[in-house]
Amino acid sequence: MTTFLQLDLVPLAAAILACLACGLVGNLLLLTRQSLLGDAISHAVLPGLVLGFWASGSRAPLPMVLGAVVAAVFAALAIDLVRRTARLEPGAAMGVVFSTMFALGLVLIEVTGAASVDLDIDCVLAGQLETLIWPAAEGLSSLLDARALAAVPRELWTLLIVLGLVLGVLALLWKELRLVCFDPDFAATIGFAPRTLGLLVLVLTALTTVAAFWAVGTILVIAALVGPAAVARLLTDRYGTQFAFSAAAAGVMGAGGYGASVLLPPVFGLAGLNAAGMMAVTAGVLVAAAALFSRLRSAGRVGA
Amino acid sequence: MRAPDPVPLPPEPALAVLGLSVAYGGTPVLTDVSWQVPPGTLAAIIGPNGAGKSTFLKAVLGLIPSLCGEVRLFGRPLAEVRRRIAYLPQRASVDWDFPLTALDVAAQGRYPHAGWFRPLPRRERDRALAALAEVGLADLAHRPIGALSGGQQQRVFLARALALEAELMLLDEPFAGVDAASEAAILAVLRRLVREGRTVIAVHHDLATAPAIFSEVLLLNKRVIAAGPMATAFTAEALAEAYGVPIPLSAAA
Amino acid sequence: MLVDALTLNAGHNAAVVVLGTAAFGLAAGAVGAFVLLRGRALIADAAAHATLPGVAGAFLVALALGWEPRALPVLLAGAAITAALAVLAVDALTGAGRLKDDAAMALALSVGFGLGIVLLSVVQGLPSGSQAGLKGFILGQAAGMLVRDAVLIASLAAVAAVLLGVLFRPLSLLLFDPGFAAAVGLPIRGLDRALLALMLAVAVIGLSAVGALMVVGLMVIPAATARLLAPRLAVLVVLSALFGGASAWIGAAISATQPGLPTGATTVLVASALFNAALLCKLLSRLVARTMRCISGAQRDDGASSSPRRSPSATE
Repeated sequence: MTTFLQLDLVPLAAAILACLACGLVGNLLLLTRQSLLGDAISHAVLPGLVLGFWASGSRAPLPMVLGAVVAAVFAALAIDLVRRTARLEPGAAMGVVFSTMFALGLVLIEVTGAASVDLDIDCVLAGQLETLIWPAAEGLSSLLDARALAAVPRELWTLLIVLGLVLGVLALLWKELRLVCFDPDFAATIGFAPRTLGLLVLVLTALTTVAAFWAVGTILVIAALVGPAAVARLLTDRYGTQFAFSAAAAGVMGAGGYGASVLLPPVFGLAGLNAAGMMAVTAGVLVAAAALFSRLRSAGRVGA
Repeated sequence: MRAPDPVPLPPEPALAVLGLSVAYGGTPVLTDVSWQVPPGTLAAIIGPNGAGKSTFLKAVLGLIPSLCGEVRLFGRPLAEVRRRIAYLPQRASVDWDFPLTALDVAAQGRYPHAGWFRPLPRRERDRALAALAEVGLADLAHRPIGALSGGQQQRVFLARALALEAELMLLDEPFAGVDAASEAAILAVLRRLVREGRTVIAVHHDLATAPAIFSEVLLLNKRVIAAGPMATAFTAEALAEAYGVPIPLSAAA
Repeated sequence: MLVDALTLNAGHNAAVVVLGTAAFGLAAGAVGAFVLLRGRALIADAAAHATLPGVAGAFLVALALGWEPRALPVLLAGAAITAALAVLAVDALTGAGRLKDDAAMALALSVGFGLGIVLLSVVQGLPSGSQAGLKGFILGQAAGMLVRDAVLIASLAAVAAVLLGVLFRPLSLLLFDPGFAAAVGLPIRGLDRALLALMLAVAVIGLSAVGALMVVGLMVIPAATARLLAPRLAVLVVLSALFGGASAWIGAAISATQPGLPTGATTVLVASALFNAALLCKLLSRLVARTMRCISGAQRDDGASSSPRRSPSATE
């Protein structure tokens, strides 16, 4: 039990929280057909993240969050500029901007020497769930012990705060976001600023991407953004249900993926399985199952 | 739906546009467009594809920036009268696979009355339901919008515009891709609105039906070809100029 | 030092790396022009990410069969298979209509990459796998390129270039007017498939040079640069190939002299510098044009408002 608390509880919680935060925001991307913006943002935050890390010299969340949000907004503006100037379709403009920024981030990791400290390329690619340990835990009583709780890796608290923020924004702007996602032009004519809300979605995406960085890295976070929302979309036609289902799918993705990475290796005699990778694979399995279910159901409907 | 407060006479034009020019990425789309629509009329914007009809509506609503020109609604700038204007976008401009019900969409017309940061009160939802009933869709209120026919989707959009209880309605192709039943239902609503003293301006494609429906017209092809009452502006010569080919009015009408 | 690398005088190894990478850059630029104009930029990215499970899977299969697991042809064959599967998965997911292609592509990309990471962790856990160096396929590790690898890359690039030459006319018709192309009896689906196959080939041959994550940059950025400058398709394709080749040449040379810099990222940044220069030129010229038009437009406005036209009453 103590081993579980020390080694597995925090990574498991971080995996679930990261998937929840990303999965909820992902609905707003998926429903506006902007899943690839999530792709672009998750790549593009890297230089901001590295610079924030370099400036503070630590894993302090605030500078990294700030850097990432600035990078995300910059990327969105750059994508728009490139799209209009080079008359490219949005996908191509995204490709130009995010591969440049991602490359810049990789080079910055080398140049700033961040690699030698704490932030290396493996972490960018697949997170570092295994480093989120809680050595201070000495038993279940530690869960209520303020001193032990203070030693919980702060990445977990960052994730909790960001998830709270996401839930708060969704609750406060529930109908506004729903309107702007569906019909931004109409929203503009009745005075519900679609540009501001679009920017808010962008910032939320950047925030969740950074918060999830230590858990899943910058690439597998795309699976957390899009996977749960896609599962829900395959199963429902109601807006509220969409969010509820996506939260459930996100929980399964985080817990199942992490659990599989811990439980499967002994069974198959493997030395280890990457947890973030398993989370993405779990998302893939969930989407495939939901797609199959949705197809069977519609076939049944046609038959009836 | 209640009738709006009586409009004092002699009225300001519901819409007055002077010298409006719009460009997309350096290419001019509209040049020097001027037009006035008296209140209480049913007015059509007509022109070939790419004539800038939707662009005109969007520029009037401030959805896209205009290079120059002045737009007045009821004699005032847009910002002061936003609440008196309703917009019905092209049906194709949104994603009908979006997970919403017909009532969800109609209820969006009540959002300005609820304001920011608050859920829509039940009584506002009931009024949205009444708007759906007005376009004959009360039975389908809880149907996902993706499961509706094209004509029904258009009527949901109309219900949303009605729910705004606006005095001026700007409709972008309300009859496009709509079956006969929906067309009749939409037309009946528009005629009633005008009888109540409201103003309806619609982008319209069907030259044959236009004279029977509308009383004012703007013939557009990147600039004003003709504008004014249907009887005087909607001539064979003007149509030929707008479309670039002779169009026999007798066949069209 | 850098000059030596650029002029292929920094030793045999560096010359091989630079030439091999440049060959890939040429092919990526040429194919990328069509990929970009056909709106396939991000499916190329998804396919490139999805090569990773193929590389790791091929390594494991080869190991199980007792082959040399690190042989480039084997790894690239595996990469091609999973990348193709990812493209098929995108089609399958969008087939039902509920998921759009943006979501399907993002899923194929991230799930494919995730599976690759998982398989890589399996490889690394093997006693013989820890030194496999498969990670180089993620971000590019041109330094490890052998002569026979460079020859393989160059010949694959040459095949792609020849195919592109043969298909140039039908492909350009496809880009310009798919409806017309279909009407004159061109096999649209076949051509699209051929373009996809070329794209997959480029993604795969780019793996060892610039890595799975950077391949899309070398397909899209040179093509976007060329689009800013070229008026005609033929010019655009040639320019794009040249930009791609030059970026890869310079990028590989820089990373050969600065061992810490990953080849892929350096190459993409060189390509991006070219793009930014072209973008700046375009913006400046547009600014000049707009200023000119504003001056003439202002004159026309004056004429309009002085003419006796009915004006809306402006009472407040």
